[in-house]
Amino acid sequence: MKKAKKEMDPEKMQSLLRNEKAVKGIAGEISRLAGKHGARIMHVCGSHEHTATRFGLRTLLPANVELIAGPGCPVCVCSSADIRDAIEVAKKGAILTTFGDMMRDRTQHGSLEDARATGADVRMVYSPLDAVQMAKDNARREVVFFGVGFETTAAPVASMVSDDLPANFSMLTSFKLTSPAVDALLASGKHHLDGIIAPGHVSTVVGAVDWARFPEKYGVPAVVAGFEPADLLLAILKILQQMKAGKPKVENEYTRLVRFEGNPHAQEAMRNAFDVKPAFWRGIGMIPDSGLFLKERWSDFDAKRKFEIQSSIDSEKDLPKGCHCDEVIVGELYPNECPLFGKTCTPASPYGPCMVSGEGTCYIWHRFGDPRELRKILAGRK
Amino acid sequence: MEKRVTLGHGAGGKLTQDLINSLFIPHLKNDLLMEMGDSAIIRKKPLRDRLAFTTDSFVVTPLFFPGGDIGKLAVNGTINDLVVAGAEPLYLSAGFILEEGLPFEDLERVCVSMADACNNGGVQIVAADTKVVEKGKGDGIFINTSGVGLLRPKARIDPKRVAPGDSILVTGTLGDHGISVFLARQKLGINTNVKSDCAALNTLLLPLIDKFGGDIHFMRDLTRGGFATILNEMAGQSGTSVVVREDSIRVLPGVVAVCEMLGFDPLYLANEGKAMLAISPDVAGKVLKHLRKHRLGRNAEIVGQVDQAGEGKARVFLDTTVGGTRLLDRLLEDQLPRIC
Repeated sequence: MKKAKKEMDPEKMQSLLRNEKAVKGIAGEISRLAGKHGARIMHVCGSHEHTATRFGLRTLLPANVELIAGPGCPVCVCSSADIRDAIEVAKKGAILTTFGDMMRDRTQHGSLEDARATGADVRMVYSPLDAVQMAKDNARREVVFFGVGFETTAAPVASMVSDDLPANFSMLTSFKLTSPAVDALLASGKHHLDGIIAPGHVSTVVGAVDWARFPEKYGVPAVVAGFEPADLLLAILKILQQMKAGKPKVENEYTRLVRFEGNPHAQEAMRNAFDVKPAFWRGIGMIPDSGLFLKERWSDFDAKRKFEIQSSIDSEKDLPKGCHCDEVIVGELYPNECPLFGKTCTPASPYGPCMVSGEGTCYIWHRFGDPRELRKILAGRK
Repeated sequence: MEKRVTLGHGAGGKLTQDLINSLFIPHLKNDLLMEMGDSAIIRKKPLRDRLAFTTDSFVVTPLFFPGGDIGKLAVNGTINDLVVAGAEPLYLSAGFILEEGLPFEDLERVCVSMADACNNGGVQIVAADTKVVEKGKGDGIFINTSGVGLLRPKARIDPKRVAPGDSILVTGTLGDHGISVFLARQKLGINTNVKSDCAALNTLLLPLIDKFGGDIHFMRDLTRGGFATILNEMAGQSGTSVVVREDSIRVLPGVVAVCEMLGFDPLYLANEGKAMLAISPDVAGKVLKHLRKHRLGRNAEIVGQVDQAGEGKARVFLDTTVGGTRLLDRLLEDQLPRIC
């Protein structure tokens, strides 16, 4: 009788996925398959951009295999109207809780950090449950959780929405769905892509199945990928293999966490808490069926109702003057091709939203360097 | 909008630098301050020896954490600032700002811990001051310590002496202190055995100065902003570039785990018992051997090399574990405020 296969210890798995020999082997195979035609591949996740740049993966890829960052940073696409609402709630005396990333996102009305410096009670939390606990501990204060994110953040928030929430707790949400945004890019006909790397964490919720529309509708391969260096390179390799075979399909590289159908419990919780409606993406505009909004039945926990806030979008692109985040966010422009990059717009003093968060493409490139320039320096070293 | 101080101004990164350059320097400027070392080196007569003088304030929260407390930190922090300038620490001053309502027991614990640290570090606190502020206007205890020491005769530590070819050494694992304080503060329910590395570095580093003297070009303790920030400061001050090999940097598994979970980078986390050195490559092997013989240096490692600054840009590059290359830039944000 055969023994059941033992699951690999996560630490061992990680060291394998960060093994120099393995990574360079995959990169070599990518170079061979890319040949002269190359490929233009988009990922839609700040964590993928982080892995690619933090490990210097692009310095291992041939120049004609372009890995571009799509709209995968929730802070970057959060509208300034949503941030303004949060500032207003904080100024009305509530304890406004949010994730650290949102503190510095700027709008023409300032940032939450500015609001805090002028006396508003804005607090960072690591989990929405901390905000609920804070409401229980501060029964005489209103506590508001400002939730910004994609499916990965929306699902845990959805799972805590119930009649058991304290009455002095409410939420401002700016939750968005990833694949409809990529769909909108391709539907516009303005963007040529040879492949899509689907975000692993988002796909734990929505499943690989959510990305099947891309091979079906547009003939573009889609591969769900994890966040280790070898994960990302394997996804690129799989896309090149599909291109060569001429058979685009959806593939799951991240099988150790993602199921084809996703997580039905998380999906059920989201259906219970939210309605899917059109949503405004900063730098892009309105995208159909791309936002999650608290259902009418939970309106007691809707901070917009509670604090009587009316919001409206500032402008078509919703960006400060001269900011090119709209082009960076859809992969049309590399961050350092923006004239403000590293000059009037830096991580210490961000001007545009893509320079704010650790998941923003401009921030990541400012921190870890332009791979094209690094390639040149490496060539000089040898 | 009216300009106000935010938490970022105390993070040791770009904003702090801006604050120093635009506010403190214009008002407080003098020749010694402008050398911007970890200690001021006083060359004036009638002192026969060169005197080192430094100050530091401590606002860590919580006051007590695995591996140390604010008192131990305040003594060792100032000792280490003197030591990395090449000085033997001698006398400290201590200024306390206490919050009304602080239990005597806590204050006593901190004082005992300071006395222990003084004994271990061979220093005396020769001047002290206490102030009390109303409840809610402080956070238990804040401490300022200043220290003087005498430079070792052979010490020639100066970033301008850092040259292409120099070896970069780190004396141990990175990030222990930052993660220890963070976990003690946040109560995330994460169990690790990570303890602060808070320790006096005089017995580790001063013998090196005596033995290798002028071959040691640069030393810094890796406190706020961590290894990456100090490396960038060194590159900027010496007009060189540095190439670091990621796989040679040691980080404890518990620190790696918390960093992976919460998105911190150990290269930017504070340490309170670690230093980096830039030394002549000829003595690198010997210095490494010497460091590893000491309890506080047994995880020492050569982690990189100084290079010419390409196109006049002083930068730090990291050759990553998978063989790629990227920039290792300055601290950009407040990873963990109030860590020391």
